[in-house]
Amino acid sequence: MAVQTADTAAPAAPAAGSPSLLGHAFKDALITGLIALGLFGPLIGFETVIIDGALGLAYRPSLLAIMVGIVFVGRLLLNLTLWSPNRRPSTRTGPSVFDRIGTAVGPGVKPALLAFAVVFPFLSTFLLGGLNESRYLIDLGILILTYVMLGWGLNIVVGLAGLLDLGYVAFYAVGAYTYALLATSAPINDFFAGLFGATFWANWAFWICLPMAGVFAGVWGMILGFPVLRLRGDYLAIVTLAFGEIIRLVLINWVDFTNGGAGIASIPRATFFGIPFNAGPDGFAALFGLPFNPMHRIVFLYFVILALALLTAFVTVRLRRLPVGRAWEALREDEIACRSLGINTTTTKLSAFATGAMFGGFAGCFFAVRAGFVSPESFTFDVSAMILAIVVLGGMGSQIGVAVAAAVMMGGMEMLRNLGFLKQIFGNDFDPSLYRMLIFGFAMVAIMVWKPRGLVSTRDPTIFLKERKAVSGDLVKEGHG
Amino acid sequence: MEIFVQQLINGLTLGSIYGLIAIGYTMVFGIIGMVNFAHGDVFMVSAFIALICFLLVTTVLGITSIFLALAIVLVVAMFFTSLLNWAIERVAYRPLRGSFRLAPMISAIGMSIFLANFVQVTQGPRNKPVPPMITDVIVLMDSGSYQVTLAWKQVIIMVVTAALLGGFWYLVQKTSLGRAQRACEQDRKMAALLGINVDHTISLTFVIGAALAAVAGTLYLMYYGVANFADGFVPGVKAFTAAVLGGIGSLPGAVLGGLLIGLIETFWSAYFSIEYKDVAAFSILAITLIFMPQGLLGRPEVEKV
Repeated sequence: MAVQTADTAAPAAPAAGSPSLLGHAFKDALITGLIALGLFGPLIGFETVIIDGALGLAYRPSLLAIMVGIVFVGRLLLNLTLWSPNRRPSTRTGPSVFDRIGTAVGPGVKPALLAFAVVFPFLSTFLLGGLNESRYLIDLGILILTYVMLGWGLNIVVGLAGLLDLGYVAFYAVGAYTYALLATSAPINDFFAGLFGATFWANWAFWICLPMAGVFAGVWGMILGFPVLRLRGDYLAIVTLAFGEIIRLVLINWVDFTNGGAGIASIPRATFFGIPFNAGPDGFAALFGLPFNPMHRIVFLYFVILALALLTAFVTVRLRRLPVGRAWEALREDEIACRSLGINTTTTKLSAFATGAMFGGFAGCFFAVRAGFVSPESFTFDVSAMILAIVVLGGMGSQIGVAVAAAVMMGGMEMLRNLGFLKQIFGNDFDPSLYRMLIFGFAMVAIMVWKPRGLVSTRDPTIFLKERKAVSGDLVKEGHG
Repeated sequence: MEIFVQQLINGLTLGSIYGLIAIGYTMVFGIIGMVNFAHGDVFMVSAFIALICFLLVTTVLGITSIFLALAIVLVVAMFFTSLLNWAIERVAYRPLRGSFRLAPMISAIGMSIFLANFVQVTQGPRNKPVPPMITDVIVLMDSGSYQVTLAWKQVIIMVVTAALLGGFWYLVQKTSLGRAQRACEQDRKMAALLGINVDHTISLTFVIGAALAAVAGTLYLMYYGVANFADGFVPGVKAFTAAVLGGIGSLPGAVLGGLLIGLIETFWSAYFSIEYKDVAAFSILAITLIFMPQGLLGRPEVEKV
């Protein structure tokens, strides 16, 4: 965590390679190293360990020296190269590399990604030589697509309407618990058993509960959105955070209703529109004349979440062309101007909250049916932060950016689990997955500092005169609403 | 009655700690208009620095006087936490000044996650208990079945809080640094034109906020005798609630809000349900912001076009 602003190095003498430049860079790096020593010293240099029940200290001087050394050398190299006063400042203006790549490959990338997403299960099965071998990849695909969908849902609230929502996980939880509670409810099961047969509810619960989960989450979006209508920016963020935490705490403590921290288990699995994925004579495999394989259900789940995510994207694209979508974007740009032009900001904000929440609810319902188990542990603030980070990294408002960001983040996190070779370098106690959230938090800061507009920062205007021109994200200012 | 008095004492103790953290939120919000989301985690880091320093002082240096040890720990924790917050401002917030409004907030969320996990990775996820430092109590009331006690550590917390707030009040009201700070709060551009180094003043604001958070962290460690990497989030949100309740931007408001939140939380736990005490605090935050956004002692925010 070095100090990266280079104001001390900027106004130095212009002579190339002069000793003053080197001396200056060295002195600056030394100061940075000392600061790094102060920052890392207490927490890296010492480790609190429990020895025989009492707390003691262990010392890690070599690790501390390595960390400080990295900061010192890195700063020195930066001072001599990138931040050197002799270096001619880049004169290039206009869209950045990412934006130009985005514009260049833009028209082709969406169909290509979509095609890849559709053939992905078959491709992985073919390449890995069997359904069972490809289970890991398809599971990862499901995870990524879930976060793509959540990112697109939150994108409506944050990216389009400019309302920073830190409690999005609450709607995910509402969707998941809606399905979990309804599907495991004995009275509903008995009711349908009397009407349509004993297995009706277990087979159809997901398809009946999916729209209900969306509706419930949307209603909750309105309920939670209503009190915060008058709040702006940061305040809105904190209150939505508080609501998210309240819902989680209620889920933990209301044991009679939600079974508390133990969660709800044995939730009915997804079915192929009423046909269960089992080995029985009425099962999917028997009816379609295939050999039974539990992977059929996983592949089917993959296509369910793909369809749900595409639905989210499609609805968002269409809504942006409707008056309500235009009102969202107007609200993001300037709330006061929006109000003085006669847009009802109350209904605009509420509709954004409700729509975003509805897709969160769908995703939650899917989460419950995929995992077969829900507990409040799955709905912590970290999930909200992760979804927000995906939206921010992707460039708020950009659909393709959010999808790529979700793939990069979730894929990257999964890769961290597999870095077994690092154990050979750092010893057997080294667990790369511990560093997931650390890297993730650091990435969030780094992205904000480096590219506050996210990876895809151009805007595709929905309304234009004569020709469509991409607008740089720097010209729009979210977050004033 | 005895229970009431006992809860009053406990609530004021807890409230003092919240008040100290809340000042960091309220000052930063006053001067640059952002919610420093990472402040709760800075508080948690300061508790760890205090813990490590305490272990060093007592085991390696062999200082047996608990008060001397606490004084050393306090100063060391204040120094290192200030350095940390200074660096955070420099790295994560200053480049974003002038960016769109949500950018520093999102950066602060990232920093909060980073700090919590940094401590988890370097110090381990388990609770770190320290042996009780000061166990003496003063019995105030004794009704036979229930004793109302005032622990010495509670006295220390209240005295240290009051003394530091007094000193801090003097700093903001009477010194040139405080004047510069208030000027930046009112109009940053004008203050810069009048020769105030705005960046320097903002850095100092973060340093002061962190120093007070470090005091809170040390006192927290002394009072509860345990530190955990996840302890930053909830106290952070509660201290922010305190700042909002008292009126964000107002220093006496932050302390008043802190005391009120401490009292509400303690009484809620004692008389209603301990499970829902966090829900109570979060609800107060929402209710205050919805019905009284300017807080108890704050000025209403004027919306300029």
